[in-house]
Amino acid sequence: MTDFLVFCEVADGRVKGSARELLGKARELSGGGTVAAVLIGSGLADVGSELGALGADTVFKVDHSSCAAYIPGAFAAALSQVVKAQSPDVVLGSASMLGKDLFPRAAALVDAGVGADVVDLVETDAGLEGVRPLFAGKCLASVSVTSEPKFFTVRPNSFVIDGATPGSGNVVDFAAGLDNDFGYEVIDVERGADDKVELTEARCIIAAGRSIKSAENFAIFDEAAGLMGAAVGASRAAVDAGYAPHGMQVGQTGKTVNPSLYIACGISGAIQHLAGMRTSKVIVAVNKDPDAPIFQHATYGIVGDLFEVVPALTNELRTTLAD
Amino acid sequence: MKIGVFLKQVPDTETKIRVNGSGDGIETGDIKWIVNPYDEYAVEQALRVKEASGGEVVVVSLGAARTLDAARTALAMGADRAVILDDEAFQGGDALATARALAKVAEKEEFDLVFGGRQAIDSDDSQVPQIAAGLLGWPHATWITGFEQGDGSVTIRRAIGGGTVEVARVTLPAVFTCNKGLNEPRYASLPGIMKAKSKPVARYSPGDLGLEGSIGNDGAAVRLSNYRLPPPRPDGRLLQGETGDQVKELVRLLREEAKVL
Ligand SMILES: Cc1cc2nc3c(=O)[nH]c(=O)nc-3n(C[C@H](O)[C@H](O)[C@H](O)COP(=O)(O)OP(=O)(O)OC[C@H]3O[C@@H](n4cnc5c(N)ncnc54)[C@H](O)[C@@H]3O)c2cc1C
Ligand SMILES: Nc1ncnc2c1ncn2[C@@H]1O[C@H](COP(=O)(O)O)[C@@H](O)[C@H]1O
Repeated sequence: MTDFLVFCEVADGRVKGSARELLGKARELSGGGTVAAVLIGSGLADVGSELGALGADTVFKVDHSSCAAYIPGAFAAALSQVVKAQSPDVVLGSASMLGKDLFPRAAALVDAGVGADVVDLVETDAGLEGVRPLFAGKCLASVSVTSEPKFFTVRPNSFVIDGATPGSGNVVDFAAGLDNDFGYEVIDVERGADDKVELTEARCIIAAGRSIKSAENFAIFDEAAGLMGAAVGASRAAVDAGYAPHGMQVGQTGKTVNPSLYIACGISGAIQHLAGMRTSKVIVAVNKDPDAPIFQHATYGIVGDLFEVVPALTNELRTTLAD
Repeated sequence: MKIGVFLKQVPDTETKIRVNGSGDGIETGDIKWIVNPYDEYAVEQALRVKEASGGEVVVVSLGAARTLDAARTALAMGADRAVILDDEAFQGGDALATARALAKVAEKEEFDLVFGGRQAIDSDDSQVPQIAAGLLGWPHATWITGFEQGDGSVTIRRAIGGGTVEVARVTLPAVFTCNKGLNEPRYASLPGIMKAKSKPVARYSPGDLGLEGSIGNDGAAVRLSNYRLPPPRPDGRLLQGETGDQVKELVRLLREEAKVL
């Protein structure tokens, strides 16, 4: 029996989608132990009741004015206080940008270690073990944590959960002591041009390389991305040429992504690009050059000009996904 | 201002990774070692702060004896001194054990601020600076792409996902991790390289830092084992026919075979 505490992120007044895979996996691994969720924020009255259906027995809510925005010190203090009070065996969170920022600090406050950015979690004779890509995914290792509790962050989209065993979902307010000054004040949030799906959490990504030839040409992806619910990514060559901001770069010096579907259009497949997307479940390559290295990693390949293939794909998606 | 830089020596990005015989690490025989690329942004930012408001830049690096070479690179770029933690007892630790030692150095040196990299490209952990900040009770900001100094505080910019950028004011002392885009790291000049050879290098023992048992391999709570190469991807399939037929077949496969749409 393993008791889990799952940190679920709240964004724009809603619990983020990653709660499903984290709670579902915790439920699967708990072996009859309890699964609790923890939400941290301010003005959380309307969230949390839905987490029972995803597998949570209890939902702890830290609703505090210090947590109106993500303040690293405040969130870490809050999470560590819940951990101390509940003494779970395992604390689970997403290896999202926020999770990677928060977990190391929160774990340190209870003198525990974090198995970071795992792509799988398995129960072995030696206890819970994570699978962890190292050296930009060129190598894998098993990771175990000997502290109590054990913390793990899970790379987004690592688990497919359809229909977790529900929990009772009791929502409990947790009064955290957060009245010190955390020395961090958010003074502005500059939203991107549109509310894009964050690449590192996207289930579907369509990406272009140098061959897109201009920033304006990225518009050819708009409709297809919308139909598939995809985020749009770029190779470093496209970013360096000024066609896309660095936030869209996938790869060793950009973002590591883990979608179910990655469609690479006019991307050669350099090792540094693969470093960021090689764990994608399905890879589609569209490239003019049949010898492009990306085809060696693709599940499905189309040899062709992206400026013909993408519009045709958009058409096809429009007819099939409409019904 | 006394500015610390946490700097890690890592295998060159081009390194071909081979698992060692016992599966508990990689072959390190013919690796070329470099400064973690993100830590170059940290060194550069530290030098800029010093140039703007005076003070001293101290590089701190925990690692094997060869880590001195990485520190020398930073000294050649213009850092003033180095602290090297190469005692055997510091080695083989996890992020927490490493951060304990680095945090103690930050305390002992009375840094006003510390820069590190967004992640080390070998462990890809993104943990050590946040842990150090937590242990010190200092604020931290990760993955910064903008840094502007104020009086007793600084204003940083950081991407928080989906194209959104956060602007935050952080009170010093604090820890920052640097991302690409923050600055363009300078190259070491020839005179810089010559001067680096005579710059002071200090070594602390675990005893000097009051840390016995909680560092290195003994202090580690995270254990890595069974290193292996990723399984090969199953053979792919090239679609045939006219563009229209290819995309039709692709969408069908994505929906019916792969079930990802
Ligand atoms: C230290 C380091 C870090 C790096 N980090 C990254 C990183 O994070 N991310 C990253 O992506 N790269 C990174 N790189 C760069 C990487 O090595 C490659 O240079 C880069 O990925 C190439 O981008 P590309 O595929 O868009 O361009 P190219 O390699 O120029 O390939 C363009 C491809 O488009 C095809 N093409 C051209 N026109 C069309 C068309 N009309 N239709 C269809 N196909 C077409 C060509 O056949 C070719 O295969 C890094 C390099 C180094 C040294
Ligand atoms: N052994 C080390 N010595 C000095 N700094 C380190 C060490 N390990 C990690 N760091 C710092 O922490 C950052 C993130 O590393 P990591 O948490 O290992 O991904 C690095 O970019 C360095 O700035």
